[in-house]
Amino acid sequence: MVLIYIDQDDQEIKKASFEAISYGAALAKQLGTSAEALLLGTVKDDLAAIGKYGASKVHQVNNLALNNFDAYVNAMVVADAAKALGATVIIFANNINGKAIAPAVGVKLSAGLVAGACALPKTDAGFVVTKTVFSGKAFASIQIETPIKVISVNQNSFGVVVGEGTATVHPLEINAPASKIKITATDKIKGEVPLTEATLVVSGGRGLKGPENWGILLDLAKSLGASTACSRPVSDSDWRPHHEHVGQTGIQIAPNLYIAIGISGAIQHLAGVNRSKTIVVINKDPEAPFFKAADYGVVGDAFEVVPALTAAILKSKASA
Amino acid sequence: MKILVCISKTPDTTSKIAFIEGNTKFDENGVQWIINPYDEWYSLVKAIELKEKDPSVTIHLVTVGGADTEPIIRKALALGGDEAIRVNNLGNDSMMVAQEIAAIAKEGAYDLIFTGKETIDYNSGSIGSMLSALLDTSFIPNATSLDLSGSNIIIKREIDGGEETCEASMPIILSCQKGMAEQRIPNMRGIMAARTKPLKVVEGTITNAYTTIQKFDTPSAKSGVKLIDSGNMDELVRLLKEEAKVI
Ligand SMILES: Cc1cc2nc3c(=O)[nH]c(=O)nc-3n(C[C@H](O)[C@H](O)[C@H](O)COP(=O)(O)OP(=O)(O)OC[C@H]3O[C@@H](n4cnc5c(N)ncnc54)[C@H](O)[C@@H]3O)c2cc1C
Ligand SMILES: Nc1ncnc2c1ncn2[C@@H]1O[C@H](COP(=O)(O)O)[C@@H](O)[C@H]1O
Repeated sequence: MVLIYIDQDDQEIKKASFEAISYGAALAKQLGTSAEALLLGTVKDDLAAIGKYGASKVHQVNNLALNNFDAYVNAMVVADAAKALGATVIIFANNINGKAIAPAVGVKLSAGLVAGACALPKTDAGFVVTKTVFSGKAFASIQIETPIKVISVNQNSFGVVVGEGTATVHPLEINAPASKIKITATDKIKGEVPLTEATLVVSGGRGLKGPENWGILLDLAKSLGASTACSRPVSDSDWRPHHEHVGQTGIQIAPNLYIAIGISGAIQHLAGVNRSKTIVVINKDPEAPFFKAADYGVVGDAFEVVPALTAAILKSKASA
Repeated sequence: MKILVCISKTPDTTSKIAFIEGNTKFDENGVQWIINPYDEWYSLVKAIELKEKDPSVTIHLVTVGGADTEPIIRKALALGGDEAIRVNNLGNDSMMVAQEIAAIAKEGAYDLIFTGKETIDYNSGSIGSMLSALLDTSFIPNATSLDLSGSNIIIKREIDGGEETCEASMPIILSCQKGMAEQRIPNMRGIMAARTKPLKVVEGTITNAYTTIQKFDTPSAKSGVKLIDSGNMDELVRLLKEEAKVI
């Protein structure tokens, strides 16, 4: 059986979990077994509805203490649940929480792990999972040698597959060790889609010259309903908040659309964004390295091109 | 207080990424090795800051690897570690590395264990979590700040779309990222001192990997950028809608 971990935050299922379930369901089909999901704690969402992503059952460890994420505690509960349910493959989203518990679960189950899978395993001979390495500059095919396997799936690499069906919900008794970590405060950026979950991202670099010029970028983002990001020098100079910094040393993202404005495309920047499905580069220098990594390019002055693009989007939305 | 800082070596961020032997091995030819930036800039410097505030702190560095990791370990000692341990094991599988580090950690009874958020070559970010299970010790991933208040520690960590503050006690394992500390450059005194600091080599004992890399591939190059005239943004919107189907 393929068991998929449902990541929740503030009693809401994270979007990344739906992709993990879709991936787990496709793998279960390939292996001729069932896909079942595991939730720790409680959520406001309708659990039966998870069936539409392909899970036939949801096992719920109904312990309110588990609504607060503790990497060690969650990993112990997931490992014990996987043992109790007889899971042979355990799937996580490779988001912050998934990354933090999948390896520990692997240890407790003596299971080999591939962290950051970007495609379904090949299971015709052995069990081989492909993951991105060198910050997206290469792929590695990794054979898992152990009977039990743990995989965390890169976000936006497989996609959410919505079908029909409802899942049955089953309570599961698993003892959780007491958490030794007390969460005292949570600061969320209000009303914004977290960058790691965003499907559309508009990003600015030093080419925008200063924080006072960000209005044109924010207008473009608003017209698309996109999240905003920036290059490292921009956040280092405090033109934009640190949580917007993408790249090797910042956040790594993989949206459907990444629009880079006034960013040269240094290799360390690309490392954070080169898994994006479609990349649009707006730069006044036709020699900017970013054009080599782009799908669509506009050579021009951002201060003219960006407002024109915003207007074209609004026009197209109005006529749709 | 005893701190263990896990140090790994990675190719310099600008290295050419190529493979040899039928795409089964990373081509190390001409590669400049550096301390993994997360280990150097954030975990190690944070440990040094704690020692600067309280000289009774000891900082041990651990690396699992071959003799070719010694230059980067010396650099880490020059920045400010007290002594280093190299576990002689080439084990590429994270599980092997974690088991070796766990053995060192058990012996040293450390209060704090720091790893980087991830290595910039294999991008797994797994070692901290594995150590947590091997040592049955709490783990806080993606830490962006750490303050001591008596026997308690206050840690901030990145969460999806924000930040969480929590209180924990030692021993604890943290993976460190941007925010924890600022990058430093070793000074002459540090470099001189590093020459005489102890660098102990212990033989690795773990030989059994759970995973093996079969081959590497490089992504097929983008078919080439499609340039759109800067005066025709309607065309870009059309392509994004109809061709790329992303908006
Ligand atoms: C170890 C290491 C890690 C790093 N990690 C990161 C990271 O995580 N993320 C990151 O972003 N960087 C990172 N960097 C820095 C990186 O190397 C680059 O320096 C940085 O990405 C450059 O930022 P930029 O493109 O905004 O600025 P610049 O390189 O200065 O580029 C500005 C661009 O704007 C264009 N431009 C100027 N005016 C206009 C205009 N009016 N209209 C349109 N275009 C215009 C220019 O042609 C130029 O291409 C790292 C570096 C190192 C050494
Ligand atoms: N060979 C190694 N020796 C010591 N520490 C390591 C080694 N590999 C990884 N680490 C530590 O674990 C962190 C995460 O690495 P990884 O899980 O390989 O992405 C790194 O930032 C290091 O702190």
